[in-house]
Amino acid sequence: MTRLLAFLMALLLAMPAFAQSEDPILVPDISQHEIVLQQGFTGATLLLYGAVLDPADSDAQYDVVVVLKGPSEPILLREKERIFGIWVNSEESAYRSVPSFYAMASSRPVLDIVDERTAAIYELGLDYLQLSPSGSIDPAEQQRFSEGLVDLRQRQGLYAQYDEGVEISQGVLYRADIPIPSNVVAGRYVAETFAIYDGRVISSATSEVQVFKEGFELGVEEAANDYSFFYGLFAVGLSVFMGWAAGRLFALV
Amino acid sequence: MDVYLPIANLAVDGLVIVALGVATGILSGVFGVGGGFLTTPLLIFYGIPPTVAAASAATQVTGASVSGVFAHSRKDGVDYQMGAVTVAGGMVGALLGALIFNLLRSAGQIDVVINVLYVLMLGTIGGLMARESLETLRGSKDGSTGKRAAKRRHHPMIASLPYRWRFYKSGLYISPLGPLILGVVVGILTMLMGVGGGFFMVPAMLYILGMSAKVVVGTSLFNILFITMLVTMVHAFTTRAVDIVLAGLLLIGSVTGAQLGTKIANFAKPEHLRLVLAMIVLAIALRMAFGLGVRPDEVYTVVPL
Repeated sequence: MTRLLAFLMALLLAMPAFAQSEDPILVPDISQHEIVLQQGFTGATLLLYGAVLDPADSDAQYDVVVVLKGPSEPILLREKERIFGIWVNSEESAYRSVPSFYAMASSRPVLDIVDERTAAIYELGLDYLQLSPSGSIDPAEQQRFSEGLVDLRQRQGLYAQYDEGVEISQGVLYRADIPIPSNVVAGRYVAETFAIYDGRVISSATSEVQVFKEGFELGVEEAANDYSFFYGLFAVGLSVFMGWAAGRLFALV
Repeated sequence: MDVYLPIANLAVDGLVIVALGVATGILSGVFGVGGGFLTTPLLIFYGIPPTVAAASAATQVTGASVSGVFAHSRKDGVDYQMGAVTVAGGMVGALLGALIFNLLRSAGQIDVVINVLYVLMLGTIGGLMARESLETLRGSKDGSTGKRAAKRRHHPMIASLPYRWRFYKSGLYISPLGPLILGVVVGILTMLMGVGGGFFMVPAMLYILGMSAKVVVGTSLFNILFITMLVTMVHAFTTRAVDIVLAGLLLIGSVTGAQLGTKIANFAKPEHLRLVLAMIVLAIALRMAFGLGVRPDEVYTVVPL
């Protein structure tokens, strides 16, 4: 809370400087800029907050949309189909860059704020993700695959959309809570904030969150990748030792 | 108790994993099967990525079989000569399995093949075991026990193989090619399915090779021990999916469970135990068959490129 206050103070002091320009100014921030994947981490809730400053017309009612995206990765998506009574993988589709995490929160349902074209340009909402397929070009098939992927990731908690998830107070301050599940991948997460008025994005700003492993968890990952032989030996040694030790312990009982 | 798994990349409830380890440990102590056939599907069901589940389950099975091997060797229940032959076959099998695994993965059918294997193997073995234990139970009620336990004979196909060796502890004079081939098959299964292969090895040793029942469980565990060690190493090199934290949690549970299991095995009736194992095996086979024939867990699967 003190952070928020300090932030607002800084904002007020900066106001005269902004007053020169005509475009509204968006000042976003995030409750934490680092998420450490380590023991005890079971997920987190990020608070995305900030203010929209409009030097020209302070009565305008803005809508605010925030989008948090995880690092993109190339994937292959397979679809199962029933052939001779058995579900086997049949069709597949490759994607060049698919966000590993995507969450969007908006002050009102997206289509009440902008039209479909704008939503698609700024990737506002799960229906408007640009997944860049690199294989088949049949639009109906692409649509089916995209919906399958979005549905899968939604159930894994990796994709989410919160209509009316952004709270705006006094037409200036906004805040949105975005839950981060424990199964997120490490990397650079980007939060984009859009101020929208009359169906147009009039201002946007980005901020970043770094998600990373540290200490023991980082060590384990590096050992598994860089010292595979010793890591494997250690795993085998550990299991043999524990099996042996348990035998000895129970022999005493 | 929340635990973050650094390789699987997610947080799990540590107590659930330990409890799962205890359950599979008891199975391995009682029946001489590794319990991997139970661990892998349950871990996947819990949300662990399939490769991590299979790799870490192999590590766990090593631990669960160590104490079993010690216990059986003290009672002179391990035929090391036979074990050496099956382990040699198993090493070839594990490497073959890794090859097949890669082929199937690039063809995009690895999960389907694994499921089909599970259904076929577990369904057949579970069915056979259930029938036999039910027959024995019915027989013991009639008071006609001991009649059919006269003399186990090995399969005629085994007798026709050349170069016979004497396996004194198993009470056999057969060609080592039989156990070698059995070892290869179990090695392939271990690599593909993330299981120790005990549920396959024990009946095969009894009914195909015709080994003396006294050494079957110990020798099977001996084989499992070495094959799962190899599989852990292969996974560490190829898939890099061995999660040491996950394996550690499973181990804590399973080494304890294995000790409890051997205690249970001492006073429970073997026919009852075998019926219970048959039911567990059949339940898993049915669950897998449902996913294969009726409704898959997921229609869409994501593979990183």
